[in-house]
Amino acid sequence: MRYDVVIIGAGVSGIAAGIRLAHFGKKTLILERHYRVGGLNSFYRAGGYDLDVGLHAITNYDEKWPKSAPMARLLRRLRIRKEELGLFPQRSSRIAFPGVNIDFTNNYKTFVANASAIFKGQERGLLKLALMAEELYRDGYRTDITSAREVLSGVITEPLLVEMILCPLMYYGNPEEDDMDYAQFALMFKSIFIEGFARPRQGVRPILDLLVRRFEQGGGRLRLRSGVKRVQVENGSVAGVILDDGERIECDVILSSAGLLETVMICPESKPADMDIKPGRMSFAESISILDRPAAEMGVESTIIFYNDSEKLVYRKSEEPVDVRSGVICVPGNFLYDEPIKNDMIRFTNIANPDYWENVDDAEYEAMKELWRNKALDVAGDLLADSFNLRELMERMVFTDTFTPRTLHRFTGHINGAVYGSPVKIRDGRTAVDNLYICGTDQGFLGIIGAMIGGVEMANYGFGAGVAG
Amino acid sequence: MTGEGIRQAIIEIIKEIVPDEDLSGIDPEKPLRDQIDLDSMDFLDIVMELRKKYRVEVQEKDYGELATMNSTINYLLPKMESL
Repeated sequence: MRYDVVIIGAGVSGIAAGIRLAHFGKKTLILERHYRVGGLNSFYRAGGYDLDVGLHAITNYDEKWPKSAPMARLLRRLRIRKEELGLFPQRSSRIAFPGVNIDFTNNYKTFVANASAIFKGQERGLLKLALMAEELYRDGYRTDITSAREVLSGVITEPLLVEMILCPLMYYGNPEEDDMDYAQFALMFKSIFIEGFARPRQGVRPILDLLVRRFEQGGGRLRLRSGVKRVQVENGSVAGVILDDGERIECDVILSSAGLLETVMICPESKPADMDIKPGRMSFAESISILDRPAAEMGVESTIIFYNDSEKLVYRKSEEPVDVRSGVICVPGNFLYDEPIKNDMIRFTNIANPDYWENVDDAEYEAMKELWRNKALDVAGDLLADSFNLRELMERMVFTDTFTPRTLHRFTGHINGAVYGSPVKIRDGRTAVDNLYICGTDQGFLGIIGAMIGGVEMANYGFGAGVAG
Repeated sequence: MTGEGIRQAIIEIIKEIVPDEDLSGIDPEKPLRDQIDLDSMDFLDIVMELRKKYRVEVQEKDYGELATMNSTINYLLPKMESL
């Protein structure tokens, strides 16, 4: 059996690319090593509960659904109606630094009003940032400006506000340490502050089911438990793949969503000669706790809280097993659903050190997870004491599961469990091998919506032009 | 296929691509883009569907022919008559 296209990895970007290729009439096969689809946005079952791996919220949610907005354009390409996603908007989220909270909603005006009430004279700068983000989205990706911090400090004159703006954007999609690529910053700024957060009531699974259904209806084939061991190259071009069990599959084109370095590992010929590819260093530890009652009843009003315990955000690989100084708390029950969610829960995310968690002794692993989780909650509890009583909330937790960079590496194949991939991004997906393209995280499109946009763009780029010409 | 058949085929394709648009009152002489919200990628999708469903090739230099419903039908008629 010969395929037009083989897609490596059934993450969101891979499946989205597959749907699009099916539209183009290409015979497409998706190969996934894991027994489940979703990749970095998958789900799992623990303690009898369905838990999402990556999803806190879906970004780019624009209540008015303007047709030119990223979400609307994307759904159109996938021929998915917005109702099919079943999204519900957030209530309101909080950026909490010592003594200063900024609450924001899916209306950018709220953010501007709340931030400029605290930081006098910053209103113009905040409005300008929004204009700049819209401009970048309209005019396309640019590589001439690289430092988000530099741009920000030219527009916002309060250093603390700069840190507070960066906190959610870095946590939700920065593969770099300390600073952030300006284009990435602007896209994230638009997708989080100007557009906003939403979530399907049952989490990520219905969206994955919808994508897979659409792909298979279009004639695509998906194989789980089918890892690719080697990409075969003949005369500088793709010839096929060899699976973990030795099976060989021939194809004309490969889209790899495995990651850039991860792709080079299964296809050394694909490494661009002049490129020094570093693995990503940013990974996270995350705890999900099931609550015996809604968090809102315990005084947690926010949908998502981004916190930092000092005036300067340190966003870099943690020296300690877990960097407890900053983090994200997500309350899936605090989206504005039509009916309450099945299980009330709360998620805690912190930067973690991949080396430590990869190498920690098996016998100590569980105890260390609990130790560091408690350390993180101590810091968060003190910092957020004016918002709610975290210690009281902890007594309402009936089940907790924690995953670390080790878990992320094992199930997604991403080196270091680097959820945002390598700091080196290849926007056009090209590699040194003809007809082998990168798609997904290392193409620079992050988050569920970003991943889908990346997959669609890659399919359009590789094959849309072919159809046209 | 007749001109009317081609018109229906085009409407079916546009419906698949932009299911939320109302296509009942399209003026065949006016540009499609002025009447329904189609971007350049949508036009690419129309071309792609024509190829997939009817094995009709629309060359890139001819994209302008797809401006109005009538110009589209006139352009496609010689290619689709025999279907």
